Amino acid sequence: MRSFKDIAKSFMLWELLVGLKLTGRYVLSKKITIQYPEEKTPMSARFRGLHALRRYPNGEERCIACKLCEAVCPALAITIESAPREDGSRRTTRYDIDLFKCIYCGFCEESCPVDSIVETDLSHYHFENRGENIMTKPMLLAIGDRYEADIAKARSDDAPYR
Amino acid sequence: MMNLLISLVWIVLKVLLIALPLLGAVAYMTLAERKILAYAHVRIGPNRVGLFGLLQPLADGVKLFFKEVIIPTKANSVVFVLAPIVSFATAAAAWAVIPFSPSWILANVNASLLYVLALTSLGVYGIMMAGWSSNSKYALLGAMRSTAQVVSYEIAMGFALVGVLMAADSTNLQDIVLHQQGGFWHWYWLPLLPMFIVYWISGVAETNRAPFDMAEGEAEIVAGFHVEYSGMSFAIFFLAEYANMILISALASVLFLGGWLSPFEGIPFLGPLFAFVPGIVWFFAKMGFFLFLYVWLRATFPRYRYDQIMHLGWKVLIPVTIVWIVIEGLLIQLKVAPWFN
Repeated sequence: MRSFKDIAKSFMLWELLVGLKLTGRYVLSKKITIQYPEEKTPMSARFRGLHALRRYPNGEERCIACKLCEAVCPALAITIESAPREDGSRRTTRYDIDLFKCIYCGFCEESCPVDSIVETDLSHYHFENRGENIMTKPMLLAIGDRYEADIAKARSDDAPYR
Repeated sequence: MMNLLISLVWIVLKVLLIALPLLGAVAYMTLAERKILAYAHVRIGPNRVGLFGLLQPLADGVKLFFKEVIIPTKANSVVFVLAPIVSFATAAAAWAVIPFSPSWILANVNASLLYVLALTSLGVYGIMMAGWSSNSKYALLGAMRSTAQVVSYEIAMGFALVGVLMAADSTNLQDIVLHQQGGFWHWYWLPLLPMFIVYWISGVAETNRAPFDMAEGEAEIVAGFHVEYSGMSFAIFFLAEYANMILISALASVLFLGGWLSPFEGIPFLGPLFAFVPGIVWFFAKMGFFLFLYVWLRATFPRYRYDQIMHLGWKVLIPVTIVWIVIEGLLIQLKVAPWFN
């Protein structure tokens, strides 16, 4: 048997009003939507997106073809071939990353002794044709050249925490 | 002959004057609903098409307009096509007797309350026809639920209207409004408070809106009676649903909140201050409040279970209205001021 108090409460729609009050409060509360293309959430300096090969400020490519990244890559996404350049330094002749295989673990970046291969914060890219998933050395270098300022900033921001 | 023609043109013009703003109101009600629901979800809602998303209803309309109207092979195509028309026609026809202001009323009929009651119940035929002619189990189940629900809540609603009828001693909506003259405390919501609440609950149930949207019940029967409809034929159902919502809101304002009367009437200072505001503004403000309440309820309450709906309709709302009719009779006999003197 329900008590008189309960019955009175249910006839006063008490609990419905409490619910309405709750949603009413949310209607008036500040909205948390991030309107994406115009607004963005903060991104970590360690974000692992599209890869890039960096150069030194004098324009020399950093990569010395040590192949540590190729060795550490758990997905076997990196393929490197190397040969001596005319000046006798060891350089890659081929540096391919298969973005379909890549799992964006960042091990290549960690293993690189000269900070050459890095993962940038670029996360918006797409392929329109078969084979475009293979990033070749010139493509990677081009990305590095284009975003060098951002890449360097992300590295220096993160440096105190490493 | 000429006079007849002129009056006919006049009537058509007046009908358009009601019907076209009604369609506009329906369009913007969809936007308002999405916005308010979004706000209750701590989101922003549509704001990409036009300023604050104001062109969103237009974009939706154009999209629906260019979609194909599919008639299922095994459907009864005549009834299938007729169903949305019946739905919308009944929803639109009831607007003829709504008093917008002291003089703005298309048809000042004496039995307008009965007329409205009749038309709101006819609306369910559209749903039944849609559910049956679709030849789909989901549509049929949705239509059956809707029919049972509307028939049950009709009774509670009818009793609530009997309360108003007793108080105003008239079935003419304009007379009912005029009887409530004298400011906020003279409106019928106060002496008929339980009736008002019952009327509103059954109004929400009549229009098959959340939390009584069993007829749609997307969780269990996909979309209910309109699963098989697409393009414009679906849009017409949508229009009918929203036109009905606006109608119920208008009726609630007319019957219980004094229609186009100013709430400050007879109050020493505020009364004259707001006297310049035309009645139609108050009427729309009251309707706006009820429409907001519709969406607010939808944002707050989960859908009722079928047996709970029936329990609420037959075992709670109807007894409440009957008890209050008796109490109201006493109040009228005792000539309780300021409503019944």
